[in-house]
Amino acid sequence: MTLTYYLVLAAILFTIGAVGVLVRRNAIVVFMCVELMLNAVNLTLITFARSTGTVDGQIMALFVMVVAAAEVVVGLAIIMSIYRTRRSASVDDANLLKY
Amino acid sequence: MPAEGLLAASWLLIALPLAGAAVLLLGGRRTDRWGHLLGTATVVAAFVLAVACTVQLAGLDQRSADVELFTFIRSGELDVTAGLLYDPLSAIFALLITGVGSLIHVYSIGYMAHDPARRRFFAYLNLFVAAMLLLVLGNSFVALYVGWEGVGLASYLLIAFWYTRPAAATAAKKAFIMNRVGDVGLAIAIFVMFAQLGTTSYAGVFGSVGTLAGGTITAIGLLLLLGACGKSGQFPLQAWLPDAMEGPTPVSALIHAATMVTAGVYLIARSAPIYDLAPTARAVVLAIGAGTLLIGAIAGCAYDDIKKVLAYSTVSQIGYMFLAVGLGPAGYVAGLAHLLAHGFFKAGLFLGAGSVMHAMNDSVDMRRFGALWKKLPVTFATFGLGYLALIGFPFLSGYFTKDAIIEAALDRGDVWGWVLGGVAVLGAGLTAFYMTRLMLMTFFGRARWEDGVHPHEAPTVMTAPMVVLAVGSVGAGALLVSVFPLSGWLEPVFGEPAEAAHVVAPAVIGLVVTVVMLLGVLAAWLFVGRREVPVTAPVRVSPVTRAARNALYADTVNESLFMRPGQWLTRALVWLDNRGVDGAVNGLAAGLGGTSSRLARTQTGFVRSYAMGMLGGAVLVAGALLAVTAG
Amino acid sequence: MNPDAAEVVIGTGEAVAFWVLGPVALAGALGMVFSRNAVHSALWLVTTMLSLGVFYVIQSAPFLGAAQIIVYTGAIMILFLFVLMLVGRDSSDSVVETLRGQRVAAAVLGVGFAALVGAGVARATEGLTVVGLGDAGGDGNVTAIAELLYTRYVLAFEATGALLIVAAVGALVYTQMERRPGSRRGQKELSRARFLTDDRPQTLPGPGVYARANSVAAPALLPDGRTSAETVATGVEAQEVEQMPRPTGREQLGSPDAALGSLDPTTSGTPGGRTGGEHR
Repeated sequence: MTLTYYLVLAAILFTIGAVGVLVRRNAIVVFMCVELMLNAVNLTLITFARSTGTVDGQIMALFVMVVAAAEVVVGLAIIMSIYRTRRSASVDDANLLKY
Repeated sequence: MPAEGLLAASWLLIALPLAGAAVLLLGGRRTDRWGHLLGTATVVAAFVLAVACTVQLAGLDQRSADVELFTFIRSGELDVTAGLLYDPLSAIFALLITGVGSLIHVYSIGYMAHDPARRRFFAYLNLFVAAMLLLVLGNSFVALYVGWEGVGLASYLLIAFWYTRPAAATAAKKAFIMNRVGDVGLAIAIFVMFAQLGTTSYAGVFGSVGTLAGGTITAIGLLLLLGACGKSGQFPLQAWLPDAMEGPTPVSALIHAATMVTAGVYLIARSAPIYDLAPTARAVVLAIGAGTLLIGAIAGCAYDDIKKVLAYSTVSQIGYMFLAVGLGPAGYVAGLAHLLAHGFFKAGLFLGAGSVMHAMNDSVDMRRFGALWKKLPVTFATFGLGYLALIGFPFLSGYFTKDAIIEAALDRGDVWGWVLGGVAVLGAGLTAFYMTRLMLMTFFGRARWEDGVHPHEAPTVMTAPMVVLAVGSVGAGALLVSVFPLSGWLEPVFGEPAEAAHVVAPAVIGLVVTVVMLLGVLAAWLFVGRREVPVTAPVRVSPVTRAARNALYADTVNESLFMRPGQWLTRALVWLDNRGVDGAVNGLAAGLGGTSSRLARTQTGFVRSYAMGMLGGAVLVAGALLAVTAG
Repeated sequence: MNPDAAEVVIGTGEAVAFWVLGPVALAGALGMVFSRNAVHSALWLVTTMLSLGVFYVIQSAPFLGAAQIIVYTGAIMILFLFVLMLVGRDSSDSVVETLRGQRVAAAVLGVGFAALVGAGVARATEGLTVVGLGDAGGDGNVTAIAELLYTRYVLAFEATGALLIVAAVGALVYTQMERRPGSRRGQKELSRARFLTDDRPQTLPGPGVYARANSVAAPALLPDGRTSAETVATGVEAQEVEQMPRPTGREQLGSPDAALGSLDPTTSGTPGGRTGGEHR
């Protein structure tokens, strides 16, 4: 058992989050997947903090949490307003950004 | 040696006509009333000056005068000083140009009296005289080239003087373009001189030309010859000269008979030191001279256009001159003597033709002339004297000068001497034939005039120059050969004339030539004079006649050898440009456009597709990092 | 860096915890991705986050572990659930993938990414020494974090404060519905407007309900879409049933809009409902 296990777990979680972003269409679930990816990164930061014996990594993780919170607030607000205008929370319905 | 006295002012020879041209061209309509008088006055003044200069020159020991004017081009190693060289060779040319030029200016006052653009005509004539004088007086090949292009320009402007006629405009373009072919040769010859010798002045080039390799000298000689052929209407560039007859007749007389077309002869005579070292080039000169002599004479037999017959006669006579200067030291004097004599009688013949046209409502078709000798007595008399001089009637100009050429050819002593002499004698017979045909069709026989034509003699202002030229035609030959020998005058240029070992006695040659000439006259009488001349040219004629009527297919050859391949090349290049170059560029643009519009299809607007791209990029980056660190 | 700390050997207890909670975290992540119901996804994600919180605590980050549980699972996920309720737990997230090749590509790229990053991390951190934090210099984890946060990272900390304020204001601005002053309608006006329009007066049916009428005059629907005459009360004239279009084939299933359905009969059956005209 080494710290590498944590890191590999974080990588797998991050990948699952990324794949989730790609395959899910409900905007809220997509957001959850993004949160999962942020959490995986946090796990990495904390693992390295432990490896190096400094608290800086934990502080990074703390900032990630704060930024994630802010992002979730704004993101959910955006989803709400999109839903109000388009009556749909599917990311495929907001497809005007094209050629 | 540096010039003194009047010779130092010999630049005025060029400046006077140039100033006249400038005043007439820039002065506009204000000079309409007196422009022709000014134009004539400048040339007459130049003639007087030339005579004075020549007299002074005759008194000098060296008989050569350098006039340094100013630095023309100084660029790196190229240092061209504009200067004049007044020596016996340029003196006789200056006298010919200004003398015949003065007479023709006077004649033009009457000939162009009713033309609204007479002032412009005199301006161009003055420009021509200035350029021609620069050509013969310049002391370097560059100065000669400037004059060379100047006379080309003047020739172009004057052939196209009646530019509203499509034929005149086309003829001018043809003359300009064919001259350009020759000019390129001359230009390259000058480049070679500068590259190999570092100088273009006559003194510098002739002084050091012996240091060059034989091949280089031959190349220079051949390139100079190409230039001479273009300007003098020699084979293979002879086709422009007959077409140039679209210009006013005084132009034909001055430029396309007496002066400009002899510039090639001048060039070859002037470059004698080069040709002395290049026997191959000299042999080519001979071949071209002999060939052109026959081509011109044969074509001249078939045309019905009086000016074109005279034009082909000019081609043929310049062929004689080329033949003469191609013979080397033995022939230079003979060729130049023939040039001077030809300048007189051919100018006189052209002026006479102009007078006939003047009388016949500007018609040039000899089949509609006839019986004019009674109506135009002065023209007939002067024209007849010119005719006799041209065919070499004993003791007139042509007799002396042409015999001298044949003599020089035979004096070579080898087989080629006999061949060239034979060609020259044959040419003399043909000359007699076509000129007699011309005389018979124009002045004798039944009147075949068109309706409403009332021939009348030209005014005195036109006949007087004709009379002067006729006198010159009669006397020039004897004067130049016997009384005031040209060979002695030109001795400083060409050296002491070697005492020729005569292969055939001159008297025998004179007799043979006279007999051949009489045979030609007789043949003309048999073919033309004896029977009625049809008003329209017979259609069913022998192949020889047909070929002669087409000027031995010179235009056809030019068209099929140069024009059509050129057009094909142009078309191919246009095609290549449209399809190849444009195709590549447009194809590239279209390809990029198509690719981008296809790539734009991937911009579906679906966020998840874009996210897929990001993940793909992340995989690539991770893979690359891993490859770098692991590798 | 704690110079006194010797290399820490990871104990068996931690290994056991990892091998128990690691699979739980993985299962939560997979469950979140694969469950069709968004609420279920949220719950799966909570599982993963709780596991990660325990990991944080194990890896000498008790403060962050607590923050993970309180902030993430407590606050953020609840926020998610709130929004889910507002938006409606709609059934639009059908199992049919509309983008061609998206799932396959995502799977390939995902496996590739995981393999690359996992292998890279494993290779790079082989024999990674564990200095360990212990009790973080004797003052405890929270004190250590606080010391750094208010000294070295104080500027970033202030910036996050500003960020949070901006995020809160931004969320308010986004979700604020602008009304003209005095245009607010009371219950009376709302009812009148509802009954006077052509539209139905009753509430819209919930997601997943095909029938749009619960009147006694409306016949029940048979599974194949036909109406059943027996279900209509006697003495009442049977009413034309307004119903959601049913997916009848692959083409209709292909479009989420078609699956959502439309009241307009002319467009309800349009295959590939995501055409340009629909978003006018």
